[in-house]
Amino acid sequence: MSNSQDWDADRALARIQELERVPGALLPILHALQDEFGYVDKAAVPLIASALNISHAEVHGVISFYHDFRHVEPGRHVLKMCRAEACQSMGCEKTIQHVENRLGVKLGETTDDRGFTVEAVYCLGNCALSPAVMLDGKLYGRVSSEVADFLIDDAKRHA
Amino acid sequence: MSLKIYVPGDAAALSVGAEAVAKTMAEQIASRRLDALVVRNGSRGMFWLEPLVEVETPRGRIAYGPVTAEAVPGLFDAGFLDGKPHRLHLGVTEEISYLKKQERLTFARCGITDPVSLSDYVSNGGYRGLERALTLNPQAIVEEVTNSGLRGRGGAGFPTGIKWRTVLNTPSEQKYIVCNADEGDSGTYADRMIMEGDPFVLIEGMTIAGFAVGATTGYIYIRSEYPHAFRQFQRAVAIAYDKGYLGENVAGSGKRFDLEPRLGAGAYICGEETSLLESLEGKRGQIRFKPPLPAIKGLFGQPTVVNNVISLATVPIILDKGAQYYRDFGMGKSRGTLTIQLAGNVKYGGLVEKAFGLTLREAIYDFGGGTASGRPLRAVQTGGPLGAYFPESLLDTPLDYEAFAERKGMLGHGGIVVFDDTVDLAHQARFAMEFCAVESCGKCTPCRVGSTRGVEVIDKIIADQDRSQNLELLGDLCEVLTDGSLCALGGLIPFPVQSAIRHFPEDFEKPAPPTPVYRPNKSQETQSWR
Repeated sequence: MSNSQDWDADRALARIQELERVPGALLPILHALQDEFGYVDKAAVPLIASALNISHAEVHGVISFYHDFRHVEPGRHVLKMCRAEACQSMGCEKTIQHVENRLGVKLGETTDDRGFTVEAVYCLGNCALSPAVMLDGKLYGRVSSEVADFLIDDAKRHA
Repeated sequence: MSLKIYVPGDAAALSVGAEAVAKTMAEQIASRRLDALVVRNGSRGMFWLEPLVEVETPRGRIAYGPVTAEAVPGLFDAGFLDGKPHRLHLGVTEEISYLKKQERLTFARCGITDPVSLSDYVSNGGYRGLERALTLNPQAIVEEVTNSGLRGRGGAGFPTGIKWRTVLNTPSEQKYIVCNADEGDSGTYADRMIMEGDPFVLIEGMTIAGFAVGATTGYIYIRSEYPHAFRQFQRAVAIAYDKGYLGENVAGSGKRFDLEPRLGAGAYICGEETSLLESLEGKRGQIRFKPPLPAIKGLFGQPTVVNNVISLATVPIILDKGAQYYRDFGMGKSRGTLTIQLAGNVKYGGLVEKAFGLTLREAIYDFGGGTASGRPLRAVQTGGPLGAYFPESLLDTPLDYEAFAERKGMLGHGGIVVFDDTVDLAHQARFAMEFCAVESCGKCTPCRVGSTRGVEVIDKIIADQDRSQNLELLGDLCEVLTDGSLCALGGLIPFPVQSAIRHFPEDFEKPAPPTPVYRPNKSQETQSWR
């Protein structure tokens, strides 16, 4: 479940100021904002740029470079599905297709009811228990289509 | 003293229900009014047995697994606290042949101790390496590591001691130790296991490295796909500070070493050392030209040691037992032990720490028990997504850096991914190029553009469009990538592609599929350029 809260410039600025002095502060700041709001609002870019004395373009360049950072709020649940080699060898593509069909989205998309964002990930380090997925930051192993259904049903109940 | 029950807190064990097992254990202990304690250890690395529960008995630790929460009351009824028989009973843990056949040096404590108990760590041989290092001058520490023959376990296999010597000999006010914990290769999880299962050994190794080269600050860059490892490592660092093993007076030596964990943000390329440094500096993780080497001009322009988790976690035992002890393991120029990670379609997937020289076949069959599906093995990829696909006929290759290089393969970080006969190597070759396109940092043209062209060319080959010409074109493209890329991502991605063509040509000769079977490359657009 994402703990995201509505964008709030004052709170964002407070998080930025906590971290602006650490060496190489940009990634820690972006993580802090994403932890707080569930995404990095575009309105944060000028705040960060001015705190770190770098250009808007540099901040935007970093946000867009890394797969983790997003400018839009994700669904209430984020399901990351591994499609790296070890998981492929155990049929992850089948599970992925099943989830895509069930939720009516492709990898990288969010369901219309904003319940789920489904993303591809390349290795979760659970390669002896493939296929692996991560649901809301929690790792799961041996995720067949049935297990994926169970996880989705369970998440819906606790939405 | 309370009886100890061990339930792993390792992310992989948790991924198959260890949390529920631990919770039920605690409930049963309470309701049965027993004097027992649940300890959350790391994983022993036998993942098909997870959650693997152990109980301390006069005969040693007795293992049960795989345990489900539902099975817990039955275990108590059967008297598992006294190590009594049960259908999940596996006997004395140390006697399980998978473990017994190993030579665990780096992983000596993993799965045995409570990972965040400093007293457990110290009473199991921890901080003896640092103790000895404090009696040596920096040159002597570097000498010890050099003589051990330790080579970078991240994949490149560069001698660790030589790297350290360069940093030691580069004068500077400020130097850094950077631990590369961006373990992005599919089929690898040894770094994660150490960070979760024995984090102090890594802290100790980084501290020794700091004293050896004159660095007072260390960073560990942990990938964001490992949130559990990140939290566990943060806890360990806080404890080390609290107990005086980090900070201004490490273990009463009067020497300073500070350590800060940093979180990556989902970029495979940040496992490349210069990219990682850029990322730590708060920039896009684009690679740097070399030279200058990071050892001379690294983090924030200062001399920096960048080492993999396993390399640094191996330093304490080298200092403790001496270079000779460590180099007596292994073969040829590959000294010491390799942490093999059996992954993918393998029956007994897990961590096998063994002296270099075991063959792929021995690893996959003697330890791994063959495929999980029970179907014939067809291909093995070693060394992550940039590693070659080997056919059955190359399984007698010894696990040694040079032996793999001779066969146009790569040992890398020691991950072995097994595929059964349902694998389509043309699909795998396409995936390699697709992966490279998704993860390319974009700095050099061969990798940025070549990877996308590679996907297109392989699509045409699969669709049987001018197949022989396109195969030739693919060969040319691979040559450009190999010769023209700035780093190992573009430079090595031809390994999986060309090995697939070389060893499995039949997969590139199939009739074209009637309808497109491959998904459109959606994830690429939405993931990278969100």
